[in-house]
Amino acid sequence: MARNITYREALNEALAQEMERDETVIVMGEDNAGGAGAPGDDDAWGGVLGVTKGLYHKFPGRVLDTPISESAFIGAAIGAATAGMRPVAELMFVDFMGVCFDQIYNQAAKFRYMFGGKAITPVVIRTMYGAGLRAAAQHSQCLYPLFTHIPGLKVVLPATPYDAKGMMIQAIRDNDPVMFFEHKALYDTSGPVPEESYVVPFGEANVVREGGDVTIVTLGRMVHTSLDAAGQLAADGVQCEVIDLRTTSPLDEDTVLESVEGTGRLVVVDEAHPRCNIATDISALVARKAFGSLQAPIEMVTAPHTPVPFSNALEDIYIPDAQRVVNAVKTVTGWSR
Amino acid sequence: MVPLTDDRIVAVTMPKWGLSMQLGKITAWAVAEGDEVQAGDDLADIETEKITGTLEAADAGTVRRIIARVGEDVPVSGTIALIAPAEVGDDALDAAVLEARAVIDAGVPDDAGGGAELQTADVGGRKISYAGAGQDGDVILLVHGYGGDRNSWLFLQEPMAAKYRVYALDLPGHGTSAKDVGDGTLGVLADAVTGVLDALGAGRAHLVGHSMGGAVALAVAARDPGRIASLTLIAPTGFGAEINAGYLRGFADAQTRRELKPVAGQLFADESLVTRQLVDDLLAYKRLDGVDESLHTLLGTLLDGDAQRGDSAAALAALGDAIPVTVVWGRADRIIPAAQAESVTGAVRHVIDGAGHMPQMERPAEVQAAIEETIARAG
Repeated sequence: MARNITYREALNEALAQEMERDETVIVMGEDNAGGAGAPGDDDAWGGVLGVTKGLYHKFPGRVLDTPISESAFIGAAIGAATAGMRPVAELMFVDFMGVCFDQIYNQAAKFRYMFGGKAITPVVIRTMYGAGLRAAAQHSQCLYPLFTHIPGLKVVLPATPYDAKGMMIQAIRDNDPVMFFEHKALYDTSGPVPEESYVVPFGEANVVREGGDVTIVTLGRMVHTSLDAAGQLAADGVQCEVIDLRTTSPLDEDTVLESVEGTGRLVVVDEAHPRCNIATDISALVARKAFGSLQAPIEMVTAPHTPVPFSNALEDIYIPDAQRVVNAVKTVTGWSR
Repeated sequence: MVPLTDDRIVAVTMPKWGLSMQLGKITAWAVAEGDEVQAGDDLADIETEKITGTLEAADAGTVRRIIARVGEDVPVSGTIALIAPAEVGDDALDAAVLEARAVIDAGVPDDAGGGAELQTADVGGRKISYAGAGQDGDVILLVHGYGGDRNSWLFLQEPMAAKYRVYALDLPGHGTSAKDVGDGTLGVLADAVTGVLDALGAGRAHLVGHSMGGAVALAVAARDPGRIASLTLIAPTGFGAEINAGYLRGFADAQTRRELKPVAGQLFADESLVTRQLVDDLLAYKRLDGVDESLHTLLGTLLDGDAQRGDSAAALAALGDAIPVTVVWGRADRIIPAAQAESVTGAVRHVIDGAGHMPQMERPAEVQAAIEETIARAG
């Protein structure tokens, strides 16, 4: 039975149900236990934004607080995965990847390939991304394009509570390393989520709105921005098809191409910086494989090529908003040679 | 339809198709003001969040006013058109239109109407979900088919609730019920039906079973004949060898939208009923833990090679003529051929044009009439 819960609760429920089902699933990271055992409210915190709240007492010995040393505990999680565990490690902000990137891209991503399939690395690395929390340049980046570039990693970005739960369960059961991106601004959003365990398979984009005039390809938090824009445009008689990629690796090329073949127009909305991001990747895909269908140049809506500003006013205009998506759609519908 | 102050005016209202429906949108009117309609005629195509369906006229008369515009959201039970004889004056109609217009413009869904409430029963350790609608009258329990759930009846349950207490359950392995089906025999499924009747405290009930649910309903009746007042079997399994085994295996095996959509299309005469939402809902169900295993286990109950395994004909013969039995088939059924209706003896038979394997979704008014006629025969 589906009831409405938040994105945060959906993730917590996925972790709890998988820990219940499979005792090799462990959770580790900075403050994941969250002050449990300390005087005051037991288990008050549960991760910096509360995703792992309550798990410490429910699963004794399986929720590990780690030192503030990403290279150590991300490496430990990856090693545990090769030794038979299914760790879910939390890299608190993806901005901290720099200190543990070797463990991820040169170790975890390579093991299955270099050991001829004799080793699997079923690790999930949960991480927060995105601007909007007034957290400035070192705690607000997207960075998922960097991981998408690496063969051997799966890169997933749920946009809804339903997808958050199903994709977390899939990530834990998956035998490859999965980078699991959670947008900070989505934790308090809510939506229908079944009580039962279920999976959302990777590599299957979700058509979240159907329309015949323009295809909007997007992901993560920008799914909601794009849906806002599509709603405004529908009032003007422009019908947008909005595609949530859900995973950037593997990538569901077919759903994107089939949609553009129907609409002839493409806008890609991506919160990441504009160079070598998902928007450029999708644009290249469509330009190469659906060129004959295009009736207008492709438009990209992205953040600018700058660090995320600390100033509130600047951060607000840094993040792509619905108006910019509306403008881009009007550009492609109004284009003539 | 409900009578207004001038009881010769009949209001055509936005139907409630399923537990979660609050608003519906007319996508096309099939009638114009001044048209004469007969019961069962198509009035309008209506789109909800979940599904697109056709509203059929419940009574005959003249369409005097069309109130809801195409593309406009209308709250459930809001009046969308008026049917009245020629003698009713324009003043009375215009007053009714004003009232209806105010409800549509307010856009507030009518929660007072109640609707089906979800309940659960523990049946032998399995959680079984069911939902009921209607306050008075005989108990009817609706039993869906393979891969379906209680929403298979969404076009029927509310309309029938005016006269009956109408319940629909999720069989084990389906909907929001427990996903474990044990060895998957009809007996396990029949236990769930009996368990819901027990939970309802229903000493006697009418069963309506669709497809595999038809065989389940027969199994319940065979086990406890005094308890079942009538049986309406819609495209039931077990009345012939032939069945579309490719459909059944395709449904069980489909992992993606692309695989599932053409399979689901075979259920209907009109494949445009298979919306993206319908396919997405089916996929979300199939991706629940335990469903894949249950669907494959149940294949063994339904299939012997590529033929049907069950023998509903023998079960029906054993019942004798103790209770009224009706079989209903869609003439364009691509899962179980409608020709099998002819082999059913000792039952009233209806074959409905313009419907495939899901006549309760494609021709709900005719199926409702067949069920009510069966109940009437039970006395």
